[in-house]
Amino acid sequence: MQSVQIAIRRFGLGRLAENGLPADSKRWLLEQFDSFEPSPPAFASMPNVSQQIRQIADMGLDQLQSRAVQERLESLMPENEYERRAPEAMLFRPARASYIEDVSAKINLAAQSRQPFVERLVSFWSNHFAISIDKPATLGLAGAFEREAIRPHVLGKFSDLLSAVERHPGMLLFLDQAQSVGPNSPLAKLGQRRARQQGTPPAGINENLAREILELHTLGVNGGYQQRDVTELARAMTGWTMSGLGRLGRAIIKNDEPDYLFFPAMHEPGARSVLGKNYAQDGEDQAQAILDDLAIHPATARHLATKLARHFVADTPPPSLVLRLEAAFLESGGDLPTVYRTLIEAPEAWSEAPQKFLQPWEWMVAIMRGFRVPVEGIRLVGVLSELGQPLWRPGSPAGWDDTAASWAAPDAVMRRVELSGRIGELSESADARRLAAVFFGDSLSDNTRLSIEQAESPAQAIALLLVAPEMLRR
Amino acid sequence: MPGSGFNRRTLLAGLAAAGGATIMPSRLAFASPLATDKRFVFIIQRGAADGLSTLAPVGDPQFAEIRGQLAEEFSDVPRIGTDFALHPDLPLLSELFQQEQALFLNAIASPYRDRSHFDAQNVLETGGTRAFEHEDGWLNRIINLLPEGTRAMAVGSSIPAALRGPIEVSNYGSSVLPDADEDLMRRVAKLYGEDEQLSGIWRNALEARDMAMGAEARGNNFGATGELAANLLSGPNGARIAMIETGGWDTHVNQQLRLGYQFRGLNDLLVALRDGLGGHWANTLVLIATEFGRTAAINGTRGTDHGTASLAMLLGGAVNGGRVITDWPGLKSSQLLEGRDLKPTMSLGAAIAGAMGEHFGIDPILAMSTAFPGHGGRPTEGLIRA
Repeated sequence: MQSVQIAIRRFGLGRLAENGLPADSKRWLLEQFDSFEPSPPAFASMPNVSQQIRQIADMGLDQLQSRAVQERLESLMPENEYERRAPEAMLFRPARASYIEDVSAKINLAAQSRQPFVERLVSFWSNHFAISIDKPATLGLAGAFEREAIRPHVLGKFSDLLSAVERHPGMLLFLDQAQSVGPNSPLAKLGQRRARQQGTPPAGINENLAREILELHTLGVNGGYQQRDVTELARAMTGWTMSGLGRLGRAIIKNDEPDYLFFPAMHEPGARSVLGKNYAQDGEDQAQAILDDLAIHPATARHLATKLARHFVADTPPPSLVLRLEAAFLESGGDLPTVYRTLIEAPEAWSEAPQKFLQPWEWMVAIMRGFRVPVEGIRLVGVLSELGQPLWRPGSPAGWDDTAASWAAPDAVMRRVELSGRIGELSESADARRLAAVFFGDSLSDNTRLSIEQAESPAQAIALLLVAPEMLRR
Repeated sequence: MPGSGFNRRTLLAGLAAAGGATIMPSRLAFASPLATDKRFVFIIQRGAADGLSTLAPVGDPQFAEIRGQLAEEFSDVPRIGTDFALHPDLPLLSELFQQEQALFLNAIASPYRDRSHFDAQNVLETGGTRAFEHEDGWLNRIINLLPEGTRAMAVGSSIPAALRGPIEVSNYGSSVLPDADEDLMRRVAKLYGEDEQLSGIWRNALEARDMAMGAEARGNNFGATGELAANLLSGPNGARIAMIETGGWDTHVNQQLRLGYQFRGLNDLLVALRDGLGGHWANTLVLIATEFGRTAAINGTRGTDHGTASLAMLLGGAVNGGRVITDWPGLKSSQLLEGRDLKPTMSLGAAIAGAMGEHFGIDPILAMSTAFPGHGGRPTEGLIRA
């Protein structure tokens, strides 16, 4: 690939039809930092986290264990065994409608964006801090999570991004932090009396979020932490919760704008020790101090540098590039634009041979940019799902895997061919030969050019263009 | 119930029918190099399935106490052997157990001892002693020991790590996209002709499509997945090895509701698989395994957190079933690993290697050193019907 194609396809999201080519590739990338809008006009009407929490509360998704909600669920269950979905799904319809709008807004913004490098970074960080909508309560929150916790911080300090993410109700619900109670906290002591009277289990710690902060969000799995660090971080984080949901959030914490909240009565008293360092702070500051240290830890720098290099350059990234990004991260105290600038300046990032196999969402966005057509609503959600990558549903907090082994598989390629055949049929007037120049400039291979020229119809030519090797890699 | 058979270091064999002996001698008649008619299906439970809620140790006096309301579901359930009870949403497993086609391996684990899903799944799938020790999966390496041309397929839109490796493996999932026309597919083959990676992928994609025999199971539910797997495994030139991924087992909160749904789905999948395989079921071995178990005690949010030992299940007509095999470690806090997890007393690698070796008529020791190098110990004997 020529450098302008690398800028557009490897760093960006594919060429926007009818847009000129950038004269200076590096400058084009750098200037996107200045023009990027964290809250673009297209998002002005999207619901915020508080509205979404109220919707979840209205649906009773936070009270699935209550008898009333159980009975309602059972009355909604279809009789046909094979039509049965997760029981919670029956309650989801309003949240599902929000999800469909969120997906449309996000993908179409990426498909029209003039800051595609930064939009790619938004998706990168959103996947790094993945919350997966297969958990009922997060279905309506994934869009708000990306808009509110990720977008405002992708061009800031990693510590600010981390702090925003770990406080967002989407994350607090996805990794069960909202309900984690210190066993010696005032609330637990109150509850123990009631638990004894009613014979119910006492509230306690849930270490899910603490573990994933260490393993996935910061240090990485070989980052040198132990089970005791997980437990201590989980204790420090008790009290990081939210208003508006659950028995507690509904009853004790009255709030018109439900959102993240530190609730001192849930917090485990006492000093904590994480990675050998003592944290004697009170309340919310304790976990914040730990997060601030984790955010600039050398293991975090190595972990994030490796993931960024893998995303932009190669499944097995050149060690020299990882070192460069790691050093930029550490020297700048985790200043993300400094790391991105280092990436743009790194010769390894401009290797001519395409190394990365496009994930389904990237491929879809590249097509939408090339044709300059929107795909919206349930149709877009369905297409991404059929291509094997339903948006914000990686199924695990590790996010989608970022290597070809996960995406370059027979069934996945067959689906892209099937979809391309359909797109070809729908795009009667399009000329694949002209579009090939839009998509690839001079990087088109002779074999692809010949295949397109010899196609039996314009529709077939489009289909072949969309699944050409050049289209599947960057 | 002290003295109910839960003494440590006893090999518990809960026999469904009287007379079935404990452990059978290994079958050492190794097969001819002709194509196999045996089938193997690996169903992975991603997210750490709770073995203690699948085959509950109701005979352990600690169980009801540390599990609280999670133990209540098992109060009226018929026993499996003397000391265990199957979750009520798994009726097929009860049935298979009665027919001696289900074998439960309890308190089992891979060599992995930390609590990361992703590393543990990597160990479970690649057969290493630690995460990312091997690039290829144990199931891919095993194919090397089988007659040439034995085909393996992933049922789903991606190929899981256990099946990845030097042997070409295909995959097929159910799709609602309209089929591409034959001429387009022919031209795609030409388009990919000079591209090493894509030409191989495309050849496999076309073959997988033929193997599904047009009987595409529409939709994403569990039953449809079982049906599709059965189709892929049924044809004379079809796959002999299949892998199915299931998720949603990470039950930190409100486990009871979530697991009920999971088990009903798994049951649907297995019913569709057994029924779809018809006569081939007699030659089939199904392995169900997860990356690790969950904490012995219920947590503060009516769920359980990441633990260590769990349950593995072997199902199918090929299985020497009707038994629970365990060296039960006990649930007292002094008996738990780090005071919190069920302690592993059996090697998952040894059990898989033993079962694969006997099932396919390959030397179990060779199966073990190929699939799980460095694991130590001997492959478990007698898991497959002689």
